[in-house]
Amino acid sequence: MSNSAIDYTLEHPAVAGTPSAASIDEVITAPIDSKPSRGWWIGLAITGSMLGIGVLSVSWLFYKGTGVWGVNQPVGWGFDIVNFVFWVGIGHAGTLISAILFLLRQKWRTGIARFAEAMTIFAVMCALIFPLIHTGRPWLAAVYLLPYPNQHGIWVNFTSPLLWDVFAVSTYFTVSFVFWYIGLIPDFAMLRDRTKSKIKKIAYSIFSLGWRHSNRHWQHYEKAYLILAGFSTPLVLSVHTIVSFDFAVSVIPGWHTTIFPPYFVAGAVFSGFAMVQNVLVVTRKFFGLEHIITLNHLENMNKVMLLTGSIVGYAYAMEFFIAWYSGNPLEQFVFLNRALGPYAWAYWTMVSCNVIFPQLFWIKKVRTNIIGMFIIGVIVNIGMWFERFVIVVTSLSRDFLPSSWGHYMPTAIDFGVFIGSIGLFFTLVLLFVRVLPVVSMSEIKAVLPGAQPDHH
Amino acid sequence: MNTPLLYSVTALFDTPDGIIHAAEAVRKAGYKRYDIHTPYPVHGMDDAMGLKDSKLGFITLGAGLMGGAGVFAFISWVFMAAYPNVIGGKPFFSWPAFVPVTFEITVLSAVLVTIGSLIAFFFKFPNNSHPLHDTPYMKAVSCDTFGISIQADDPKFDEAAVTALLTSLHPRTVAPVCYDEAELNHTWKTFDPKFLALLAGVALLVSAATYGTMNVVLYMPPFDWMMNQNKFKPQQTTEQYPDSRMMRPVVAGTVARGFTPYPYKGMADSAGKSLVNPLQPTAKVLALGKEKYLTFCSPCHGNFAKGDSRLRGQFPNPPTLHSDKVRTWPDGSVYHVITEGQNIMPSYASQISREERWAVVHYVRALQRAFNAKESDQQ
Ligand code: HEC
Repeated sequence: MSNSAIDYTLEHPAVAGTPSAASIDEVITAPIDSKPSRGWWIGLAITGSMLGIGVLSVSWLFYKGTGVWGVNQPVGWGFDIVNFVFWVGIGHAGTLISAILFLLRQKWRTGIARFAEAMTIFAVMCALIFPLIHTGRPWLAAVYLLPYPNQHGIWVNFTSPLLWDVFAVSTYFTVSFVFWYIGLIPDFAMLRDRTKSKIKKIAYSIFSLGWRHSNRHWQHYEKAYLILAGFSTPLVLSVHTIVSFDFAVSVIPGWHTTIFPPYFVAGAVFSGFAMVQNVLVVTRKFFGLEHIITLNHLENMNKVMLLTGSIVGYAYAMEFFIAWYSGNPLEQFVFLNRALGPYAWAYWTMVSCNVIFPQLFWIKKVRTNIIGMFIIGVIVNIGMWFERFVIVVTSLSRDFLPSSWGHYMPTAIDFGVFIGSIGLFFTLVLLFVRVLPVVSMSEIKAVLPGAQPDHH
Repeated sequence: MNTPLLYSVTALFDTPDGIIHAAEAVRKAGYKRYDIHTPYPVHGMDDAMGLKDSKLGFITLGAGLMGGAGVFAFISWVFMAAYPNVIGGKPFFSWPAFVPVTFEITVLSAVLVTIGSLIAFFFKFPNNSHPLHDTPYMKAVSCDTFGISIQADDPKFDEAAVTALLTSLHPRTVAPVCYDEAELNHTWKTFDPKFLALLAGVALLVSAATYGTMNVVLYMPPFDWMMNQNKFKPQQTTEQYPDSRMMRPVVAGTVARGFTPYPYKGMADSAGKSLVNPLQPTAKVLALGKEKYLTFCSPCHGNFAKGDSRLRGQFPNPPTLHSDKVRTWPDGSVYHVITEGQNIMPSYASQISREERWAVVHYVRALQRAFNAKESDQQ
């Protein structure tokens, strides 16, 4: 195709070249059936150590109580909530890819959907750590989180955003997990019919539930998949909306704004895509999946990041505008304090990482350069972490009364828990690539050239 | 060992077009109990097989509506009946704040019921003992081949005819699939001793673990750290103050909020003369008086003030309040007795507020009137 006439209506093929269905099985099951390479072991050693640091930090936290964290009046929400929001946000890309792009009939999602869904589940697991441990005594958590009939005759407060959070995130986790598992059933059946090992065969048989690829089943299966996608779409939007209510429903200056729900959702998709892109860049190289997870997929993800990153940048600007326009001196102070106060370094890190660098994706060369996009992805995740830090800490450390202002500094234990959550995430990712097919075999086969009957 | 029974005759095709044509041909030939097996859903296959639309959506709709309406009703009940609390000055039924949880539960119940019924009723899974499992046919359709299987329980089934029909469709292979009755339809015995032993073992383990957690682990550090806290409790002794009492006496001259001094201390006569019951004996006041009387007076004076104490001689029997003496007393005297006590009857001033004391007086009067009714009352 010449440069002058690009046909924008032409859809990119979902996979590169014309691989056969059997070769797809070969490539995708290779990491499962082969012995792990040395690189994998090194990776696991690193992530395992990080996880170990997290386990030690959490044990110390349980032993001593939350006093080992840096939180104190007036900043009662520190790393715990920052990391919680960060990880929940990472998860959003998975559902977006598997559900929203499915409803939009985007064929390119097939190559990356399984991986992204898995990352959703792992990210939500990482996120769930923080609300669980932030009480310091999590074994008492069920008592005040879940509504259950008790001898005191009291009930949880169903109108509290924190309780909405419990429902939203646990529903999100459950539904994502079901969605993921339903997608895995046909692949488990394929693995069952391929494997030569007896133990694996028993395991795959159990997980496949006895799937027979019957068209009488496919018919209901496809319907169920559509229903799940239809539910996941509003669900994923609701989750980060409700997370943002934790802030927006309160009356703290800088939190009490109506822009929060859309701004949080855009930010979540932004950071989630950055994380998916980073992990996929490594995985496709490592397992030779370049023809299934194509450059075109990565480029599409970068475009989504460009869009959501610009929305986030717009939201930053709009927050400032509204603070000025509202005529509320407290709001105005909070935003000036963000940009010029003691946490200005965090604020400007956030702005440059989230607003400035992703704009490089306008340039096609950057968008299609593996190294370039990888670096920008990392930068975006750093920036999005700082965004939550800025929102939580600047607003709390200097609110209404100057006499009760304070300064928040995380402790080593705070960092330990955060590092541990990163370790958990990547450990799970590493295990996932070895035990489960990282690309949905049944879905990718369905979009291969010649996989569907010609219209006769 | 039983002889293998015929389950179906199968044929494998290499292309999606081939299988679509085969499905159409088999349907036209009038077979009902046949199935297509493909590694992924093939477009147009539902029409080729003449399948009706999946009814799964109705289950989703029903489950979602029920879950949503149920949880909304539940939250409303909690806020309006079970545990009414004013939160942020909002009305009890502040429904906009119920929406998030209602939405989440709607999604959750719709999804779980849909998937549950998909697996259990639509697929009849888990089922790992189907005749087709572990056949070369299944292995082929699992990978990249498209198969059709016409079952032997079809009313029109005739092995030779079916084989001929399938062969005429140019498949890659045609093959019968057989199964072993005993192998497929074995059942688990509920009262197998091994199984019972397993159940008993699990029960024992769970009980032991629960007992250990609730009675041992929770009383070990750090779980017990919340029980022993660095603070003083009211009746404890302390080194900190010279009088060793943890509970501090009130500062001299302190007056409680709403306190009014009682001017007739030790002056029963003037109390009787000067005090007037400020309350009207309305139904509400009498109800309050009854409640307080039954709580504080009835143990000694009896439910009807007849002096029939329930204390069975543990305390000197108090007099009846139906005596001429008490009946002719002015209200103020009864009030004085409640406030100050009389001889061995203690004061009730700290338990019963002033208003309530006057209500009790009205109630005592009502009791007296009831047991010593005048002629005029009985008409
Ligand atoms: C602990 C048991 C006890 C309780 C409770 C008690 N009383 Fe008495 N009450 C007595 C005794 C004993 C006497 C007799 C005192 C005496 O010897 O003068 C008495 C005397 C009286 C008298 C005077 C009767 C008389 O003939 O001199 C009145 C009136 C009276 N009580 C009313 C009440 C009322 C009203 C209450 C509830 C607020 C109440 N009492 C609660 C034990 C009790």
